[in-house]
Amino acid sequence: MCLGVPGRIISISENNTAVVDVNANQIEISIVLTPDAQMGQWVLVHAGFAMQIMDENEAEESLALMLELQKIRETFSYEQ
Amino acid sequence: MNNNKAIMQDMIREIQTETQSISMMEVCGTHTMAIAKSGIRDLLPDNIKLISGPGCPVCVTAQGDIDAVIELVNQQDLILATFGDMMRVPGTSSSLQEARGKGADIRVVYSPMDAVEMASNYPTRKVVFLGIGFETTAPTVGASIEAARAMQVKNYFVLSLHKLVPPALEVIFSDPDIKVDALICPGHVSLVIGLNPYRELAEKYHKPCVITGFDDEDILQGILMILLQFKQNQARAEIQYRRAVKEKGNPVAQSVLKRVFKEVDTRWRGLGQIPGSGLEISDEYSDYNARYKFAIPDIEDIPIKGCSCGEILTGKISPHDCPLFGSACNPLNPIGPCMVSHEGACAAYYRYTPLRGEIE
Ligand code: SF4
Repeated sequence: MCLGVPGRIISISENNTAVVDVNANQIEISIVLTPDAQMGQWVLVHAGFAMQIMDENEAEESLALMLELQKIRETFSYEQ
Repeated sequence: MNNNKAIMQDMIREIQTETQSISMMEVCGTHTMAIAKSGIRDLLPDNIKLISGPGCPVCVTAQGDIDAVIELVNQQDLILATFGDMMRVPGTSSSLQEARGKGADIRVVYSPMDAVEMASNYPTRKVVFLGIGFETTAPTVGASIEAARAMQVKNYFVLSLHKLVPPALEVIFSDPDIKVDALICPGHVSLVIGLNPYRELAEKYHKPCVITGFDDEDILQGILMILLQFKQNQARAEIQYRRAVKEKGNPVAQSVLKRVFKEVDTRWRGLGQIPGSGLEISDEYSDYNARYKFAIPDIEDIPIKGCSCGEILTGKISPHDCPLFGSACNPLNPIGPCMVSHEGACAAYYRYTPLRGEIE
């Protein structure tokens, strides 16, 4: 039930509504909980609301972190 | 993506080298589903256990509360609007679906805003939205109440059964019968609440808490981040799911929660009464509170005969340990909510691992 799906904002209209593209479906949502959301950004959509603006750089960073972790793990395995 | 695949294989290999016995609870029903689907549980060495937790909002709704809703829907002029997940949850005498079959006006909506619109379209009816869900969902319901006030819609009401996750985690960590060494924390609840509540938990109980995303690689990485903390003999709260979860959470959503709701004691299936774990509509918005508008009976929880959902929700047993699992209880004929809800542990296990038992 806490399911959230990423959608990209393709238009923003007055009174805090926006249309997002979720897997090629266009749905109208409220952005009242993410007032800073901009056209083109990815947001996490839940129950007809954008709940958070997603950060693509963070996704990259997450991969970098994974690689970093791998290095740390290697150090650990050598120690053992 | 191939790169990711290689990294995933490395991650699995790395996890398999772990020798300590560690049980991690995946708190969230969406994780339970994702983990069951990925088969990750089977790839882990025997000493690392993944236990399903209380994070399925439909499943933890108390039986008495479900029975009260079933009584409510028979009131005249009432339309009950609900998320679809609630329709088949068995009450003591019937489910919402059966009540609808007998003539109650119950409509499934995707968003609480649809229910506000419905109220504005049917000014002579009273539309009650059934507020189920954790911190992910409660702000959307709060925002719908604020929108109803702004639109001067006066026939929209909410029956709030919303619950807060951290107080339930506190109960899990404090219960000597539940062996959980670390938490895979819910990605989407954490969008709203951020890292701080887990910092307190990690510190107080000295157990690692990692907010994790829902892709296979997210989950593996979350597990590794927990294992690393064990190697370092530390217990921190960390975010793996960085592309969506910010350290502070979503302050706008938090302020909606503060304005529209107040914290109250509430009862959970499996976990009992937990202080400060429920959200009731605040006095400021009491004209939208279905409890003030309608007589909502206070009904005792009558356990469903033979169903072990309560123990499953607290990680005490695995769905495979329930004697009814797969035989008398299956998705076509669900006996308890853990088999009804898509993200219920019984439904997830039935769909992806119907035969094997993981927790001995
Ligand atoms: S298998 Fe069915 S009866 Fe058994 S605990 Fe799960 S929902 Fe309840």
